[in-house]
Amino acid sequence: MSQTSHGIGGLSYDAKKRPWPAEFNVFLALVILVGAFELIGRVFLGDSFLFNTRENVDAIFNEQRLQIIILQVSIVGIIAIGVTQVIICGGIDLSSGSIVGATAMIAMSFAQVATVNGNPNPKAMFIAYGWTDLPVIVPLLVAIGCGLIAGLINGALIAYTRIPPFIATLGMMVTARGIAKWWSKGQPISFPTDSFAAIGKGLMPVIIFISLAILFQLILSYTRYGKHCYAIGSNEDAARMSGIKIANHKVLVYVIAGILASIAAVVLSSKNLTAQAGMGVMYELDAIAMAVIGGVSLSGGRGSIIGTVIGSLIFGVIISGFTFLRLDAYYQEMVKGVIIVGAVVLDQWRQRRRAIGA
Amino acid sequence: MSDIVLKTENLTKHYGGVHALQEANFELRKGEHVAIMGDNGAGKSTFVRQITGVEQRTDGKIWFDGKEVNFAGPIEAREAGIETVFQNLALADDLDVPSNLFLGREKVLFNLGPFSILDRKAMRRATEAALIRTAVKIPNLSSTIRHMSGGQRQCVAIARTATFASKLIIMDEPTAALGVQETAQVENIIRTLKENGEPLILISHNMRQVFDLVDRIVVFRRGRIVANLRKQDTDGNDIVAYITGAKTGQAELQAA
Ligand SMILES: Nc1ncnc2c1ncn2[C@@H]1O[C@H](COP(=O)(O)OP(=O)(O)OP(=O)(O)O)[C@@H](O)[C@H]1O
Ligand SMILES: [Mg+2]
Repeated sequence: MSQTSHGIGGLSYDAKKRPWPAEFNVFLALVILVGAFELIGRVFLGDSFLFNTRENVDAIFNEQRLQIIILQVSIVGIIAIGVTQVIICGGIDLSSGSIVGATAMIAMSFAQVATVNGNPNPKAMFIAYGWTDLPVIVPLLVAIGCGLIAGLINGALIAYTRIPPFIATLGMMVTARGIAKWWSKGQPISFPTDSFAAIGKGLMPVIIFISLAILFQLILSYTRYGKHCYAIGSNEDAARMSGIKIANHKVLVYVIAGILASIAAVVLSSKNLTAQAGMGVMYELDAIAMAVIGGVSLSGGRGSIIGTVIGSLIFGVIISGFTFLRLDAYYQEMVKGVIIVGAVVLDQWRQRRRAIGA
Repeated sequence: MSDIVLKTENLTKHYGGVHALQEANFELRKGEHVAIMGDNGAGKSTFVRQITGVEQRTDGKIWFDGKEVNFAGPIEAREAGIETVFQNLALADDLDVPSNLFLGREKVLFNLGPFSILDRKAMRRATEAALIRTAVKIPNLSSTIRHMSGGQRQCVAIARTATFASKLIIMDEPTAALGVQETAQVENIIRTLKENGEPLILISHNMRQVFDLVDRIVVFRRGRIVANLRKQDTDGNDIVAYITGAKTGQAELQAA
C-alpha cells in the first residue's frame, strides 16, 4: 500500500494525472510571449526575434539577443531570488534597490586603484589612508557586511517590533538611499581594481544569477529553512504553535535578502566600473514584479525560485521585444506596470477560486 | 503526589476585561483520561492555551511531571512532553501532509543548522504509518492540505500527536469535524492510548463519547471549574445540569 500511485485508506489516486506545477503555466506564458514577438517581427519587420537571420553567422538562434535578454535581467534577478523567499515567508522587501545603491557606493570606495594613467587616482576616496589597490576580498566583505546590516535591521524591526514589513523596509529604502547619496556627497566612485572589475565582466552576472538561483531553489525545496518559509507564509500561527522560532527565521530571511541585494550591487558596480548614488532605483519593484509574474503569491506560502527565474525571463523578453520592435522605452514602462498589476490580479483571482473551491 | 502528571493551582487568564479562566484547580494522574466539558466560551480552550504555553497566564501555578513549570511557548511545552491537537488545528495550508505532520521537528539527513537537509523519504514513510492508524482516506500525501476535507485535516492533526512520544496528550474537540467512521477510529486511538497508560485530556461536547472513553469529567462554566466527577458517580443529565448552571457544585469540588 505504500506505492506513490496509491493513496492512504484506499482512495485511488492517479499519479499521472496530477495537476500541473504552477511554474509550467508561467513557462507557457513565456513561450507564448516569445511566439508573439516572433510573429509580429516576421509579419511587420520581416525579421526574426528568436532566430539568427544574418547569413555570415553560423547559428540557429540569435545568440546575441538571447544573451542580452538574460544579461539585462540577471542583476535584478539576483535581488529577486532574495525577494522571492521574503514573499513566500509572508513579507515584502522594498529596500533592495536602495541597498544596491548604498552598497555599491560603500563597496566601490574600497575597490579603487591608486593610480590612473600614472597619476594618483583623483577619485579614490581613501587614498589619504592608503586604502587603495586592496585585495578584492575587502570590498566583497564590506558589501556583504552592508547587506547583512541592512537585512538585520529590516528583520529585527519586523520580527521584534511587529511593524508591517511594508513600513519597515520602506524606512530602509529611504534611509539607504540617503546613505548612498551622503557617502561621497553625490559624486560617483570609479576606477575599480582589475580583480573587482572581473566580477561583473561579460557573462559573469548571468553565471552568478543562475548559480544563486539553483542554490536557493535547492535550499527552499530541501532544507528546514525552506520548509519553514512556506509554513510561516502559509499560516504563521500554525507555524508558531508547531514550535518554529518565527522571529529568528524572519531575521534570517531578511538578512539573506539584504546579502543578495549587496551581491547584486557588487556585480552591477563591477560591470559598470563605477558606483553612483542613484544605482538600483526601482529595482525593488522590478524584483517583486519578477517574483509575482513567476507565480509567487503576495499573500505568502506559495511560489518558487524557478518561477521567479522564468518571471525574470518574461521581463527580459518584454524589454528586448520592445527594442526589437523599435518601440520607445516609455511603452516598456507602461506595459511593465500593466503586467505587474495583471499578475497580482491573476494571483488574487486564483486565491478566490481556491477559497470557493475549498 | 508522585503519580500526578499535571496540576494547576488558581490558574487564571484575563483578556483585558474578559475573565476567560478563573482560579482553575485541576489534577491529572498517571494513566488517567479526563474529559473537559462546558458550553461555548466556557474557557476550555483558554485552559489548554495556558497549560501549553501558547499564552501566558494572568495568575496561578502549573506543575507538570513533578516540577513546577513556566512554559515560555508551545515548543517548551512540547519538549517537556505535552502533545496537543489545538481546536484551530495549527496546520499550514500550503504544505503537504508529511510537512504538516513534522512541522517544527523535521527529520533531517544532515544537520546544518537552519539549512539542515530534510529526510523527505523517512517523513513520508512515518506519515503513512501514522495515518493508517487513523483510517483516514487521503488520496495523495504530497498534495497540499488546502483542498482537504475538515475530517482529513483533523486526522492529520491527530496523527501528529500520536506519532511523537509524549507524557500527556491534549485534544481540543478532536472529532468535531469527523464522519462516523473517522470518529470511531479516533476513539480507537484514544482507547489505545488508555491501554498504553498514556494520560489524556479530551475536550468534547459529545456526551456519549465522553462517557465511553474517560475516567473523569470536569465541567467548566463561565471560566470556572464547577464540577469534577468520576464517571461512575454521575450521568448525562447531571453533567448537563452543571454545564447549564442548573446545578452548582462547590460541595462536590471540595470533596474531590
Ligand atoms: N484572545 C482573546 N481575547 C479576548 N477574549 C478571548 C480571547 N480568547 C478567548 N477569549 C474569550 O474567552 C472566553 C473563553 O474562550 P474559549 O475559547 O476558552 O472557549 P471554549 O470553552 O473553548 O469554547 P468552545 O467550546 O466554543 O471551543 C470566550 O468568551 C472568548 O470570547
Ligand atoms: Mg474551545
